[in-house]
Amino acid sequence: MPLRTPGGKNLSAFGFNHMLSFTKHRKIFYTASIILTVASLVSMAIFGLKFGIEFTGGSVLEVGYKQQAPALEDIQKVVIAAGLEGTSVQVAGDQRVIIKTKPIDESKKNEVMQGLLSLGQIVAGSESFQVIGPVIGQELKNKTKVVVFLSLLSILIYIAISFRKISRPVKSYIYGFTGIVALCHDIIIPLGVFAWLGHYLGVEITIPIITALLTVFGYSINDSVVVFDRIRENLFKGQAENFSQIVDQSLNQTLGRSVNTSFTVLLVLAAILFFGGATLRYFALALFLGVGFGTYSSIFIASLLVVTIFETRQNRGLLKNKK
Amino acid sequence: MSKQANKIYLVIVAALTVVSLLLVFPQLVNKLLGYLNWKFIPNLSEAPFKLGLDLKGGCHLVYEADVSQVAAKDQKEAMQGLRDVIERRVNLFGVTEAVVSYQSAGASQRLVVEMPGVKDVNQAIEMIGKTPYLEFKQERPEAERDALLVKQQAFQDEMKAGQGQPEAVVNAILQKYSQELDLNDPYYPYFVASNLTGRYVKKATLGFDQTAMTPEVLIDFNDEGATLFKDLTEKNVGKKIAIYIDNSLISSPVVREAIGGGSAQITGTFTNAEAKDLVRNLNAGALPMPIKLISQTTVGPTLGADSLRQSLMAAWFGLLGICLFMLVFYRFSGLIACVSLIIYGGVLLCLFKFVPVTLTLAGIGGAVLSVGMAVDANVLIFERIKEERKKNESFQKALELGFSRAWPSIRDSNLTTLLIAVIMFGFGSSFVKGFALTLSLGILISMFSAMFITKVLMNAFADTRWEKFKRFWL
Repeated sequence: MPLRTPGGKNLSAFGFNHMLSFTKHRKIFYTASIILTVASLVSMAIFGLKFGIEFTGGSVLEVGYKQQAPALEDIQKVVIAAGLEGTSVQVAGDQRVIIKTKPIDESKKNEVMQGLLSLGQIVAGSESFQVIGPVIGQELKNKTKVVVFLSLLSILIYIAISFRKISRPVKSYIYGFTGIVALCHDIIIPLGVFAWLGHYLGVEITIPIITALLTVFGYSINDSVVVFDRIRENLFKGQAENFSQIVDQSLNQTLGRSVNTSFTVLLVLAAILFFGGATLRYFALALFLGVGFGTYSSIFIASLLVVTIFETRQNRGLLKNKK
Repeated sequence: MSKQANKIYLVIVAALTVVSLLLVFPQLVNKLLGYLNWKFIPNLSEAPFKLGLDLKGGCHLVYEADVSQVAAKDQKEAMQGLRDVIERRVNLFGVTEAVVSYQSAGASQRLVVEMPGVKDVNQAIEMIGKTPYLEFKQERPEAERDALLVKQQAFQDEMKAGQGQPEAVVNAILQKYSQELDLNDPYYPYFVASNLTGRYVKKATLGFDQTAMTPEVLIDFNDEGATLFKDLTEKNVGKKIAIYIDNSLISSPVVREAIGGGSAQITGTFTNAEAKDLVRNLNAGALPMPIKLISQTTVGPTLGADSLRQSLMAAWFGLLGICLFMLVFYRFSGLIACVSLIIYGGVLLCLFKFVPVTLTLAGIGGAVLSVGMAVDANVLIFERIKEERKKNESFQKALELGFSRAWPSIRDSNLTTLLIAVIMFGFGSSFVKGFALTLSLGILISMFSAMFITKVLMNAFADTRWEKFKRFWL
């Protein structure tokens, strides 16, 4: 784990003021990431992603009770009495009741509301009701697909442009490739977490969560770009003996910056997560996970992967020469 | 930057700070003015922030308009007519600030009604739903009619046979015939739509049929409608004209002669109350085409206020956390970063207020996130200045180099986020748009605040005795 030269003074934010050897320990970092990624993929495969009504069409009725919300069974009775089978009923934070069902009209909603009112006192003006017809659902789905596609495309173009400058000691597309691997890692892990949350807490993949993950895409690619830029700079200076040393040196130089800038973002996200209310909670969580793992992957995955690829090729090259 | 220039910039920064704070918190100034009793200075406008439905409470309704009877080139005009009718109704209902707009989504036309702060959503929806859809139909050509009658008979027979069968069987029958017949209208084979609809109604009045002793509704068409009505009656002398309200047949009088003058009578089996309602609804505007509610979002005012309070609390805690972080890790420079962050916040709020940007939960989320990203730029600059100072550069020189060398990283790191935000703004749904807008505004101002405000503030200490406290700075 992090090595320290004895007697050094800790001046930077997290005390990483000494040369740490990342390349030496890269297997540990890879293992951690692979375990998390595989676990996330498994979680997605088992639980599946639960999409919100924005995409599937349906209605959500939420009310806030003055005191403790009524028992789930009582609410379910009300819902069934209104002829709505296959409805999900949740109680969030003791007082809020969330009912999700197929698209219903105003009179059906009023019927359910009457039933809910008979179970306890509801705070006036605390209700929210959303109906998304199947047509709109399909439309939002298509719109979101376009946004996701364009965002991915623009990031790929950005990667192609910004990485073309570095072509030593491996081709520039390899830098691009590792950048993309890191991005996939940053997206798959939050998705895995949401698949798990979807199964156990009924958390759905909604438009805010997709928005958050796209923002992560735009934000995280930078940390990798910054490290790669430093690698390029140090390659030109040509002081280090070998490539892995250059990468270590570059990572050490950019570490304070990467950690500190992400930390400030994580700080505000934590504030939204804990104080921002229910609507923004999972949005903030998706961003938090994405930015957190994004920083991790740009430090511990992207550039180290370049070293691994480089060394593998070098070894193969050596073998060829021997023959 | 020369010393002299920096002084000027310092004044600009101070002015910017004061002005933005005054504009964001006008109540303070007005209170002070009231206290001082200086009448010659006018009070500042206390215009509040524009809040979205999710923070203020209210409802957002999306209707799909059935434009199948309207020619493609007339659709825009018809939608404008529809918007005007609904707008009038909503205003009649006493909803202030309601926004009614229309948009096309592929082949379909949508009407969007936004009513912030409306208390009784049920009633509002019902009110809009009560807008009558009036249309005049004419007789179908005989051959077509007979063919449809055969189909209708077949349908009725199949339904009779299907009685007691499982739902799926009945649904299959309905599905089969719904393409060719209007299953809700038994008179469908007899009448076909004309182009005369409620869109051309100028005025409706209540009348009384002296012979039948029943109430009747008198309709005055506008000029265009009068022409259409005259043409319609001219073509159909000796035939029936059917008057439909809300898709059901009200009456089908036989036309004796062409009717000019632009007025028509509707006699039917109305009760007095029904006729009165119809007149009132027609006068408030009749729909040029049927509409259907396809999506709705309603947020109660208490819930909205809660969301607002919570998201603002998150913003304050976020800001506080960042200030603490900057103070701990960058000491006096951190303090300067905090000051420029607060100015940044003021400018951002000013923009939100006066552009104006409608603030939604997503928007506040974007703004709070941009605070975290805003301080990034300061971190990058300070790290760079630190590096330069390690090379034993002078304070002034280290500042100069730090800012200029950190700029490419600041620009690049914000560029990708901005890129994604622009795409989201261009193509996303309303949540995405709100988030993307405040995030990109925040990012742009953050770059300005780091590169200009922080720089000016730090430069002010160059060549003074303050710069001597090396450890104190970074």
